Amino acid sequence: MSDASAPSSAFQNCTASAGPAGKTLLETRGLSKNFGGVKAVTDVDFRLGRGELRCLIGPNGAGKSTFFKMLSGQLPPTAGTILFDGSDITGEPPHRIARLGIGIKNQVPSVWDGLSVYEHFFIAAHRRLGARRAAAVADELLMKLGLATLARRDVGALAHGERQWVEIGMTMAQDAKLILLDEPTAGMATDEVERTVALLRDVNVSTSLIIVEHDMQFISMIAGIVTVFHQGRILIEATMENVLANPVVREVYLGAGRPGR
Amino acid sequence: MAPVRLSALEPLLWGACAVVLAVLPFALSTFQVVQITVFLIFCLLAVSLDLSWGLAGLLSFGQAAFFGLGGYAYAILCANDETPGAALAAGIVAGGVAAGLLGYIAFYGRLSAMFLAVTTLVVTLILLQVLGSTADPSYHIGAAVLGGYNGMTNIPSLLPEPTPFFWTVGGLLFLLIVSGRLLMAAPFGRVLAAIRENERRVELLGYDARWHKLAIFALSGAIAGLAGALFASWGGFINPEVFSLAQSAQVVIWVLVGGRGSLYGAAIGAFLVQAMTQYLGSIGTAYTTLVLGALLVSFVLVMPNGLLPTFLRGLSSIGIRQR
Amino acid sequence: MEYLIVTLIGVVFAIASLVLLALGLAIIYGMMGVINLAQGEFIMLGAYTVVLSSAHGLQLWVGMAMAPVVVGVVGLVVERCIIRFLYGRLLDTMLATWGLSLGLIAAVTLILGPSTEGVATPFGHVAIGGYAVSAYNLFVIAATGFLVALTWGVFNRTRFGLIARGAMQNADMVAALGIHPPTIYMMTFALGSALAGLAGAIMAPLTGVVPSLGLAFVAKVFITVTVGGAAIFSGTLGAGTLLGAIESAVSFISTPIYGQVAMLGCALVVLRFAPQGISGLWRRSG
Repeated sequence: MSDASAPSSAFQNCTASAGPAGKTLLETRGLSKNFGGVKAVTDVDFRLGRGELRCLIGPNGAGKSTFFKMLSGQLPPTAGTILFDGSDITGEPPHRIARLGIGIKNQVPSVWDGLSVYEHFFIAAHRRLGARRAAAVADELLMKLGLATLARRDVGALAHGERQWVEIGMTMAQDAKLILLDEPTAGMATDEVERTVALLRDVNVSTSLIIVEHDMQFISMIAGIVTVFHQGRILIEATMENVLANPVVREVYLGAGRPGR
Repeated sequence: MAPVRLSALEPLLWGACAVVLAVLPFALSTFQVVQITVFLIFCLLAVSLDLSWGLAGLLSFGQAAFFGLGGYAYAILCANDETPGAALAAGIVAGGVAAGLLGYIAFYGRLSAMFLAVTTLVVTLILLQVLGSTADPSYHIGAAVLGGYNGMTNIPSLLPEPTPFFWTVGGLLFLLIVSGRLLMAAPFGRVLAAIRENERRVELLGYDARWHKLAIFALSGAIAGLAGALFASWGGFINPEVFSLAQSAQVVIWVLVGGRGSLYGAAIGAFLVQAMTQYLGSIGTAYTTLVLGALLVSFVLVMPNGLLPTFLRGLSSIGIRQR
Repeated sequence: MEYLIVTLIGVVFAIASLVLLALGLAIIYGMMGVINLAQGEFIMLGAYTVVLSSAHGLQLWVGMAMAPVVVGVVGLVVERCIIRFLYGRLLDTMLATWGLSLGLIAAVTLILGPSTEGVATPFGHVAIGGYAVSAYNLFVIAATGFLVALTWGVFNRTRFGLIARGAMQNADMVAALGIHPPTIYMMTFALGSALAGLAGAIMAPLTGVVPSLGLAFVAKVFITVTVGGAAIFSGTLGAGTLLGAIESAVSFISTPIYGQVAMLGCALVVLRFAPQGISGLWRRSG
């Protein structure tokens, strides 16, 4: 479980009860992906405990999004295995992986512009729950996300931040065991980011989360353990405090001219 | 429970249409009844394409092939002394199975939308040549002689009297549009609409998009097959012309002109374009083809959404300005 | 032995004519990602150029030289008036060119009449043992070889080709070099059209020329380009060889119609397992 105390302090809430002590939910062994000659992800051994909230950081091109796409079945790995909830899901098609309980929000907002907000949540919930309960879930999410007044609007007409919430809401409606969020707060204003943090803490009560973010503020508010990707490999895995103190991280990541935003 | 509620006005519209279809034969001459019957058959074909193209975004250039196969299946079974009812069912199956096979290759092979269009067009053109090459009487299926480019004639009608046949076709069209509208509002229809907008997102929620696409594509082919069987029954003949490029294009033109996605637009487009074709046909077929080609180019360039959606958007924008 | 050679020539001719007819569309598809459904009518216009120039007393070769120019200009006009408004809208491009295809067939029928025109096949026959082989067929094989080599040279050895291939990979990069990508697309489309016109002109002496001539070829052309995939030369040559061999083999034991059916069947099997075409198999990058 992530620690929900004092979001103002970046360094105090990282004592991380969400350590790998819990039972393993997701594990990758030697996971690699090559595009032609380019190695996007190389030999990644990653482990996530049940109920954990993990943040992935790293400079652009570090392989975070590629890693997510392999976990969700959007890209077949070149080598290695992915174990989720006790079964080998390496190379399975996206819909099978989703059925086993992995939900994802991609980096580029991926929604249905011609469909309403309500329909997004309804469809996300319908496959597992059937029509009646899906309608209830959709109504509940509209309230929870503060999108009730926009329920019947086409998502194509919404603002960027609202579209992000719609997609986060879909992963929630799906009732996944693990939710992958690729830059959930990109393009959000500060107050929106804070609402998102509160929302994700709430989600984390019942669901494990892996979040890719650039926003240091956000990570400080939410993260237990942070995994740093660099050039397709895991550079370090530690609390935010230790990550920030690490000289190598400072060099490759913070030194690269992106101290937060 | 449907995720989308249909407008309360829509059942009223349905009622009005049902009444018009019921009383229309009394107001028309027999010739006109026969004429409008074939227009309604083409409306069925147009709506079948709108179900796959407008709803799920799957554009088939071979809808005429499913139509033609349905017509041939009807003719062949009738010639082998099956009842017209059984022959009609065979027409539906023929269209559905052909679409299912093509759909399986396209969707499970993950062909792009463009390749789906090319593949269906090529299949249609090859069917034209294959059936055109069957002039020799040795090409027969049971007692049915295929007859090459002359096609098959003396096909018995489902219902010999024009007015009952009109009601049957009109009733089927009515049923198709009403059930099609309900399907579009139902969860299955919304998933298809979502696939049209962003297929990957649908798969990431655990839906098997390939299966959904295959289902609607086969259903669309089956309805086209039904329309083809009704067409063979209506005229008493069928020939390979149904597989021609112009015929295939015509189906797409109907839906494009009327506007896709609502089913109503497709039916309106079929009716309007067919009435125009009928008129131009009295001048010469080359003129008809010329005008159809020009229609296709100009609608893609100028009004890609078609008449009905453009008209409705025009209405609502006037409403906004008045507020 | 002689029989084997004659059969082999027949197969090579089938492959060459497929490659010849498909080359123009392969360039348009490979470079722009667009399928021009009026490609068959461009072939038809090329054939009519030869018919009309012959009717006016010009030599066959003059007509053949004029055909790519005439059809290239037609392609240029089409690109300026229709295609350029539809870049990025692949299905709309197909629909518009389909309308163009219908319009061209109808217009030619209205202007030149629906009757079949012919051009005499030059060269006569070459004797191979006891068999006679049309020398023109050998010319078609040679011309195809020459054209493939020439276009390959254009795309791999000239500045235009370099820029065009650059634009295919990354249009922004080319734009940064000060070259307007739409200009490249326009020239590519005109080149593809000109090649279709030349193919029609070369095939004209072998077929009767009618307004619907394109329809006889488009099914084969679309299959070849679809199976070939995005790699213009290796894809077209590979697909042309595979499909041409199958077509001529099946045509030989049954009829040309079933030759086409076999081609289609083979294409569907290939596409089921290689949706990017056969060149996708050796281009796949992970």
